[in-house]
Amino acid sequence: MNKQRKNDLLALGACVLIYAIFEGLIQLEVIGPFWELNMVLICINIILASSLNMINGYTGQFSIGHAGFLAVGAYVGAIFTVKLGLPFPVAIIAGTIAAGFLGFLIGLPTLRLNGDYLAIATLGLGEIIRICILNIDYVGGASGFMGIPRLTSFTNIFWIMIVILFFIKNFKNSAHGRACLAIRENEIAADTMGIDTTKYKVMAFTLGAAFAGTAGVMFSHYFYIAHPASFTFMRSFDILTMVVLGGLGSMTGSITGAIVLTFISAYLAEFPEWRMIVYSVTMIVLMLRRPQGLFGSAELSAEMFKGLTKRIGGVKIGK
Amino acid sequence: MDMGSLLHQFIQQMINGISLGSIYALIALGYTMIYGIIKLINFAHGDIYMVGAYLGFIATTYLGFGFFGAIIFAMVGAGLAGIIIERVAYRPMRNAPRIAILITAIGVSFFLEYTMMLIASPQPRTFPAIFEATVYHLGPLVVNSQQILILVSALVLMVALTYIVNKTKAGMAMRAVSFDADAAQLMGINVDKTISLTFALGSALAAAGGVLVGIYYNSIDPLMGMMPGMKAFIAAVLGGIGIIPGAMAGGLILGVVEALVSGFISSTFRDAASFAILILILLYKPTGLLGKNVREKV
Repeated sequence: MNKQRKNDLLALGACVLIYAIFEGLIQLEVIGPFWELNMVLICINIILASSLNMINGYTGQFSIGHAGFLAVGAYVGAIFTVKLGLPFPVAIIAGTIAAGFLGFLIGLPTLRLNGDYLAIATLGLGEIIRICILNIDYVGGASGFMGIPRLTSFTNIFWIMIVILFFIKNFKNSAHGRACLAIRENEIAADTMGIDTTKYKVMAFTLGAAFAGTAGVMFSHYFYIAHPASFTFMRSFDILTMVVLGGLGSMTGSITGAIVLTFISAYLAEFPEWRMIVYSVTMIVLMLRRPQGLFGSAELSAEMFKGLTKRIGGVKIGK
Repeated sequence: MDMGSLLHQFIQQMINGISLGSIYALIALGYTMIYGIIKLINFAHGDIYMVGAYLGFIATTYLGFGFFGAIIFAMVGAGLAGIIIERVAYRPMRNAPRIAILITAIGVSFFLEYTMMLIASPQPRTFPAIFEATVYHLGPLVVNSQQILILVSALVLMVALTYIVNKTKAGMAMRAVSFDADAAQLMGINVDKTISLTFALGSALAAAGGVLVGIYYNSIDPLMGMMPGMKAFIAAVLGGIGIIPGAMAGGLILGVVEALVSGFISSTFRDAASFAILILILLYKPTGLLGKNVREKV
C-alpha cells in the first residue's frame, strides 16, 4: 500500500469517526434542531468555500459571483423534484450538471479577462442569473420557489461533502491541478511551458460552479424554499470571506473558514448589522495584517503533525 | 402603438435617461479618477455616495440648510470620509497584491453600509423636498424641474472638475501621478497628498450625486449605494477606465440605455441590461469606448 492511499484511508477513517460522533449526538438529541440546522449549513458552506477555493485559490482567478451558481443548483434541483417528480439523487446530479454547464458557458468568454475585470464580470453574471430567475414565473419569480420537500439530511449532505472534498484534494494533486497552480503563480510562464491556460482556467471554473450547484440543490431541499434574495452578491461575499479567512489556496483553510463563519453568523443571527460589520472588519484587518489568511496555502496533513511533534520533541531535548 | 407615440415615448425616455445618466456620470468620475491614480476598483465608492445622501439629509433636516448648503456640506463630509478611508484601509496596502486590495475595498463597502444601518436604521428615510417640483410640458413631453436641476448641477460639477484636472497645479500633479507615480515622486510631487486629494475630489462628486438623487427620489436608505455604485463602475469601464471624459460619456450612455430598456421592455431587466453591457464591453473592447490599446510588456 503506498503512502498516498494510506493517508487517504486514515482521513476516511477520521471522517467516519466524525460522522458517527455527530450523528450519534443528533440521535441522542444532545444536538437540538437549531444546531443540527447549523451543521447542515456548515456542510453546505464547506462545499461552497472549497469549490470557490478551486477557482480563486488554486487557479488564481478572482471570481465573486459564486452565489449565481448556487442559485442555479437550488432552482434546477427543485424543478426536478417538485415539477418533474424525479427522485432526489437525479435532482442532485441535474443541479450539479446545470450549474457546471453554465459555469462552462460563462467561463469560456470571461476567463480571458484578468484580475479586477474578471471580478466585476463574474459579479455582474451572478446578478444577471439572479435577475433572470426573478423574472421567470415558472419558478415562482420574486416570491420564490415554494413547497420544496426536505430531502437533505445531515447524513447525505455530510457524505456528499466528503466525496467532493476528496475529489478536490485529488484534483489539486493531479496533473490538472498542478497546471492550475502554475497558472496562479505566473500565467505567462505557465503558457510558455506549454500549459493550455484557457483550458485549465475553464476546467477549474466549471468544476467550481458544478459543486456550487450541488450545494444549491442541498440548500433548497433543506430550507423548503429557494428565494432569489438568498443568492445576492452578499452571499457571494460570505463565501469569499470564508475562503480568504482560511487562506486562498488551502482546503483546510476553506473548511476552517466555513466552520468559523457559520458559527459566528449563527451567534449573531439576531443582529444582522453586527454580523456584516464583523465580517467586513475581519476582512479588512486580515488583509492589512495577514493577507495570506489563517493557513496561507498550507494544508493540515499527517506531515504537519509529524513536523509539529518533532519541533516539540526538539525543544524538550534542548532543555 | 403608432409611430408618433413611439417617437414621443422614445424622446421622453431619453430625457429620463439623461438625468439618471448624469448621476451615474458623477459617481463614475470618482471611480475613474481613483482607478487612474492607484489602479484600485474602489468598491466602497457607491457607499460614499450613500454617505453623501445621508449627510445631505442631516444638513437639510436637522441643520436647516438649503440646497447649496446641503450639497456643500455633503461634499466636504464625504471628501473627508474618502481621505480617511484611503489613509486607513488603502494606503498600507499600496504594494500588496491586487486581489488583497480588492478584498479590502469590498470590506470597506460592507462596513460603510452596515455601520450606516446600525446608526440610521435600515428603514428608508424621506428626503425633505427642498425644491418645489414643477412639471413643464413641452408639447407631449414632460420635464421635471428636478431633472433640470440634476442635469445643471452635474454639468457644473463636471466643468469644475475638468478645470481642476487640466488647469491647476494640483490637477497637473494628479495627472503626473497617474501617468507614473515613481517619476512624479522624483519630480518633487507629494504622491500621498495627491492621492488623498483624488479621493477627496472623487468622494465629493459622489456625495453630490447622492444629494441630487435624494432630492429626485425623496427617499434614501443604507443600501442605496450598491446598485448605482456598480452601475457607475460599468459606466467608467464603458467609457474607458481612467479617462475622465470617458466616465461622463459612459454614464450618460448607460443612463439612456437603462431608461430605454425600462421604457420599452421591462423595468425588471434594467439592471441585467447594464451588466450585459459591461460583459460585452469587457469582451470586445476592454479598454472602453475612449480607451487606447496598450500592449502589456513582459
